[in-house]
Amino acid sequence: MKNKLKEIASVIRSKNSGPYELTFDIIFKEFDIYNSVKKARSITKEGFAALYNIEIDQIVSLVYFDPAKAVKITIVRPLSSGALGESDVYGAQQHAPLVEWELDY
Amino acid sequence: MEELRVLSPTAILGYGFPMESFEEGMRREPHVIAVDAGSTDPGPHYLGSGKSFTDRNSVKRDLEIMIMAGLEAAIPVIIGSAGGSGGAPHLELTFEIIKEIAKEKSLSFKLALIQSEQDKEVIKEKLKRGEIEPLPPAKELTQQDIEDSIRVVAQMGEEPFIEALNQGADVILAGRSYDPSVFAALAIKEGFDRGLAMHMGKILECAAIAALPGSGSDSMFGYLRRDSFILEPLAKERKCTTLSVAAHTLYEKSNPYHLPGPGGAIDLHQSTFTQINERQVEVKGSRFIPTDNYFVKLEGVKRVGYRTVSCAAVKDPIMISQIDSIVESVRKRVQDNFEAYGIREFFLDFKVYGKNGVMSMFEGVEERVGHELLIIIEAVADSQEHADTICGFARSTMLHFGYEGRISTAGNLAFPFSPSDFKVGEVFEFNLYHLMKVDDPTTLFPINYITFNKGK
Repeated sequence: MKNKLKEIASVIRSKNSGPYELTFDIIFKEFDIYNSVKKARSITKEGFAALYNIEIDQIVSLVYFDPAKAVKITIVRPLSSGALGESDVYGAQQHAPLVEWELDY
Repeated sequence: MEELRVLSPTAILGYGFPMESFEEGMRREPHVIAVDAGSTDPGPHYLGSGKSFTDRNSVKRDLEIMIMAGLEAAIPVIIGSAGGSGGAPHLELTFEIIKEIAKEKSLSFKLALIQSEQDKEVIKEKLKRGEIEPLPPAKELTQQDIEDSIRVVAQMGEEPFIEALNQGADVILAGRSYDPSVFAALAIKEGFDRGLAMHMGKILECAAIAALPGSGSDSMFGYLRRDSFILEPLAKERKCTTLSVAAHTLYEKSNPYHLPGPGGAIDLHQSTFTQINERQVEVKGSRFIPTDNYFVKLEGVKRVGYRTVSCAAVKDPIMISQIDSIVESVRKRVQDNFEAYGIREFFLDFKVYGKNGVMSMFEGVEERVGHELLIIIEAVADSQEHADTICGFARSTMLHFGYEGRISTAGNLAFPFSPSDFKVGEVFEFNLYHLMKVDDPTTLFPINYITFNKGK
């Protein structure tokens, strides 16, 4: 199957996790879809790093969280929250590329 | 005691809650009313400036209801991370509000004030002894960082709250607190499991955000038992589902299975979420794993200057097509103009909305350009006057800049406001986000007791 995340996820969001990290949550609509995505390992550090144009070592963790049928990705914030050059103090609008991300699963 | 009940009226003190939800909560006879008042989310400004990110009247409204209800039911009311950031001025702001309420309502009670602002000399000494480590990705701490900090707070665990409860405090107002501690302190004092108490606190601190539909300004109720806890939203139109609770476990955390805090971490690997009826979820299996040494988290900010901003929009398609080179030319012109005059140390930024403005921290992720742009010109300099100068000059230069192919020769920018420039004031950055080892979880957090007698 091939689908954009917006078609198979009910929640796609980003937020600070403290001032030095950004965390992304993808909560799938159905357990079946989540399980397929998990089995196919469609969401990887490599894929995420390419999507956000960052180095893989900037990804702190990528966790498949079964109880919420969710994938959580946490990265090093490119700059600390509110530092000079900031454009999103809460980090709440950094999820946009995920919405259109096409997954093979 | 086989069940300990906790009422969480709202996600952040001052965000409000419906009276009906609160009264539903009081009807369930809670043993404690607790609320978290803080966050680092609004950025470094508030810790640095000593101001609160919540509105005074909104905070007073929430506090008045909670304190009156708590005193009437003879149960403690606990407030953590006072004033948003939990520094001494933030604690003082909230203390003033409580004094007002006590006076206006002629209340009699014992208040505990727990400080969390830290003496920089103590931190320097700790650093010398190698008892401070960075919380990655923050860097190793230096003596200079501590010196540069305007204000440093430490996040307290449940221990100072337990101490205040043991001393018979009716209301506890605390500085920076690990959010779950505020909700878990009474339960841990009464011998309930620390892992379950902390996990329940972790969910209650956001009140009804973990419900469906979620809300940061509505109440949640927690029933802690010996081997489980149950969550129930108090507004009839909301419910807790296994998914809404599990999904909330992800919120604002780095890793959903491992939630570190003072003295250890909550481990969720064995946690189960069960729907016990339409609106309630039961959680079992969460454990607290203590660390060998007790660490508290430090948060500190330094001042980096003063800011002035100007907002201006662009509609001309020729200008939009060249916006990157125009920005660079204006930037260079500003630098050249003040080089000899002596204003050399400043930060000048052009936030171009409509051209990857929101996600500018990630380069090259967005190719699309809007048909109109909003440019926020930002100057940060060593004084407000210099920031005004740099921002104003950048704005006027951009307004009349003669770029290649320009045919609209009257002006390049559409200003939505007059005046066009805004003084923002002091600018801060986080510069301390480290773990500090302590021998005793209470010594960094001194407690004062104040007894009110009919408001005095």
